[in-house]
Order: sequence, then C-alpha cells, then structure tokens
Amino acid sequence: MSSELHRPSDKQLARIAFRRRKAIRSVLLAALSTAVLGTLFAVLITGAPGWDRVKQSFFRGDIARDSLPAILDGLWLNIRLFVVCAACALALGLLVGVLRTLRGPVFFPVRALATVYTYSLRGLPLIITIYLFAYGIPGLRLQGTPSVTVLGGAAIVITYGAYIAEVLRSGIESVHPSQVAAARSLGLSYRRTMRFVVLPQAVRRAAPPLLNDVVSMQKDVGLISLAGPVDAIRAAQISQAGSYNFTPYIVAGVLFVLLALPLIGITDWVTLRAARRQNAGT
Amino acid sequence: MLLTCTEVRKTFGDAVVLDGLDLTVDEHEVIALIGASGSGKSTLLRCVNLLTEIDDGTIMLDGEDITDPRVNPDVVRRKIGLVFQSYNLFPHMTVLDNITLAPTKVRQRPAAEAKAQAMEWLDRVGLADKAGSYPDRLSGGQQQRVAIVRALVNSPRLLLLDEVTSALDPELVGEVLTMIRDLKGDGMTMVLATHEMGFARQVADRVAFLDKGRVLEQGPPAQVLGDPVEARTRQFLARIIEAGRL
Repeated sequence: MSSELHRPSDKQLARIAFRRRKAIRSVLLAALSTAVLGTLFAVLITGAPGWDRVKQSFFRGDIARDSLPAILDGLWLNIRLFVVCAACALALGLLVGVLRTLRGPVFFPVRALATVYTYSLRGLPLIITIYLFAYGIPGLRLQGTPSVTVLGGAAIVITYGAYIAEVLRSGIESVHPSQVAAARSLGLSYRRTMRFVVLPQAVRRAAPPLLNDVVSMQKDVGLISLAGPVDAIRAAQISQAGSYNFTPYIVAGVLFVLLALPLIGITDWVTLRAARRQNAGT
Repeated sequence: MLLTCTEVRKTFGDAVVLDGLDLTVDEHEVIALIGASGSGKSTLLRCVNLLTEIDDGTIMLDGEDITDPRVNPDVVRRKIGLVFQSYNLFPHMTVLDNITLAPTKVRQRPAAEAKAQAMEWLDRVGLADKAGSYPDRLSGGQQQRVAIVRALVNSPRLLLLDEVTSALDPELVGEVLTMIRDLKGDGMTMVLATHEMGFARQVADRVAFLDKGRVLEQGPPAQVLGDPVEARTRQFLARIIEAGRL
C-alpha cells in the first residue's frame, strides 16, 4: 500500500485522546459505583441485628476445617460420577437428537420412541427417576443388578440425555435446508450429510446451551445421595447433623462453585468465539 | 455541500482500504461510486453511516462533523438511509412491520400515522398487496424495494445504496433501478456503489472511480465512462466491457 508510515492528523490524535479520556472515566466510574455498592452491601449484612448469630452458625473456621476431609471425599464421588454421566448423556443425547430428525415412514417407530422419551423424561422430576431406578430395579431381584451408584448414575444419564437431545435437535434444525441441499447435490448420503455438514454446524451453534446443561448436571449428580451413596452435600449434611452448625454447607457450596468455574469459563469462551466467527465481515 | 469526506482513512489490520479519500456530495446530487471489488466503495458507505469507525480524516454531514467522538451516531443515522446488497430485511416481521419499525420506535410516531405513510409508499412502488407478507415470500426485487422504502420512511437527507442490484436476477434489476430513477426525480440525494455501468451513466450526475482507497477520477458519466483520463480507469472499464457488463 502507498503509505506504509501513516502519520495521524492532529484531528485524529485529538479523537484518540478524547476516546482514551472517556475510557479512563468509564473505568473510574465503574470502580466508584462498585465500591459504593459493595460498602452498602457489607454495611447492610454486617449491621443486621442477627449477623453475629449467622456468622456463628455459617462461617466457623474450625468447623470448616474439621468437615473438609469428609466433604472432599464426597466431592470425589461427584467428580467421577459427573465425568462418566456427562460423557454418556452427551452420547445418548446425540443419538436421540439425530433419531428425532429422521424422516420417512420406515423410521416412524424409532422417531415416536425418541419423541416419547424426550417428552416424558424432561417432564419427570430427576428425584423420582433416581428413586425408580435405585429402589425399583433392585426390587425386581434380577441376577447381576448393578450397584445403587450405577443405577442412580443411569437415572441421571437418561434424564439429562433427554435435555441434551432437545438442545441438539434444535441445533440440527437451525441449520438452513440449503446446506442439506448442497451436500446432497454433491452425492453425499443422508448419513454423510449429517456427519460432515449438518452436525458440525449444529453442535457449534448448540454449544452454549449444551454446556449450560453440562454445568447444571455437575450439580445434579449429587442427587444420587438420595439413594444412599455419600456425595459432597450429603457429607456436609452428616457433618452438620453432628455439630448443629451450617458451616459445612458453605464449604460444600464453595467447592461446587470452584468446580463449576472452569466449565462456565469454557462456556463463555466458546460462545464468544462462535459469535466472533459468525459476525466476521458484514 | 451536504456531505464532505476529507482525507478519510480506514484500515483493517494491514489492509489499507481507504487511503486519504476525498469526496463531496451536493444536495440533490446523485453520485455513482465505481471500482473493482475491494476498492473501498462499501467501506466508504459504512463509514458515512458510522457503522465503521474511520482511522483518520473528517466526514461532514450538513455542516456537522459526524466523526467527532462526541456526536451520537444514532442521531446522525436518522438523517442517513442505508440500503444493503442483500436487503437485510427482518425475516420475523411482515413487510409493513419492517417499514414502520423505525418510525414508531425511533421517531415515536403514532402507529396509525406510520402505517398510513408506509402504505402510501408501498402503493407507489406497487407492493401494497404485500404489506402483510413476510420477506421470505417476496422475490429479491420486491424485497429490495421494501428495503429502500424502509430507509425512505425516515425521510433521510442522504440515501446510501450499496450495490443494491448485485444479488438480483437480471430480470428483477429493472424494477429496482426504476425506483431509484424515480427517487432522483424527487430530488433525493444519493450515493450509490454499483457495478451497473449503464445505470450509472443514466442516473448519476457524477461518477467517481475508486482505486486503492482514493477517488482516482471523477466527473460527468459520459466523460468518466466514455473518455477516461486515467489509465487505471481505462483498464477497469476494459475489463467490464470484456465481461459484457457495459
């Protein structure tokens, strides 16, 4: 290009200076309003008449230390369950989501089954599903019934599989029909069209709500404790029952938030990147 | 002068798209911007509409420096209409709702009044029966005419048209060009980026040839298109003729 070394005009320099001043002012204003609001909250909470009692029953350092090992033990179960359940639920959701988009009369029973599954499992409360699986299936007294943990995990997988299937289906249906037309015109079969053209776009578009479900699942795997296994929240409850102090719940809550942060970070990053890619150009 | 661009510069990374461009537009004047792809025609229109922030220079509209960072872009844009190459109608709204959106939400005009005005325009361009239709049900030429009406109901001082016929089938180009010709008859000030040399010759008061981010040559259509001074203009026109587009 002709001017490798463009020297900004005085006018442009003034504009740059003005924008910089404005940016600095914005940052200062943000800091000020945050400080004011923060102080207000702190005064409101610590000034409340019952604050000393609340501090005693929710924020005791010694109890937090005592209860931490048991809660961490429980959390390890949460993490293991989450990794396995998330992988299984994603696979199940993908399968059901694709089955629901199949066209043609031959596929009617498959399609109907997939539809009934997503409709009923999204409606059925997870707690009831866990009870049905963890207490109902062993009740059949079949040979080789797996452990309660596995059964509870299966309940979580089929519940979340239904949510994920719907998210993926909406992603698949948001891909414009002209994309399918273009792929089919090249001679790709329906399956190859799905695999190479539709699903990559669908998953990218559905990534934010999908990760939302995964983050939500991270918390819900703990519900398995209803069937017996001791997860982080149950460990906190046991500890609370011994000390009559609610600090263990705060400890477990903080640990869950820390656990979710990386996932939430990934969700935001994926969302941002997708938006930036799609808005490139016009 | 209604619009004065002085030394306008715009870069995208290392690419210098506008390199100290100067252009003036008088009231009631129609200017056709021609030039190869990437010569900066669309970028210039987006800069004038403040959709793209310039890197240096000044753009004056109606005596006001609209590139001053203190200026509210929303206020400036009320004076400028912009029509896009691919129409950009809102697919979830009917034709009528597309047109009355800005008059009712930006200008706070009563719905009935905005509707009456919209129907008047639709009637004039022969699309009154499409008022309740959704954009995807319309042909490209019809959609583009709706998009032009959508820009016009805000009574802009200046209408920017960004290759408005490039996405249309040849037999649909005519209806859009006829509409633009009618607007010239109304005295509308227009800047149009175009590949339709024949149309530029007919409707433009002045043709400006953009090359490497500058106006290399400008003047009456007959002169610029018929007897260009600059070698690069001649090369550009020769390529157009070769492609059978003149």
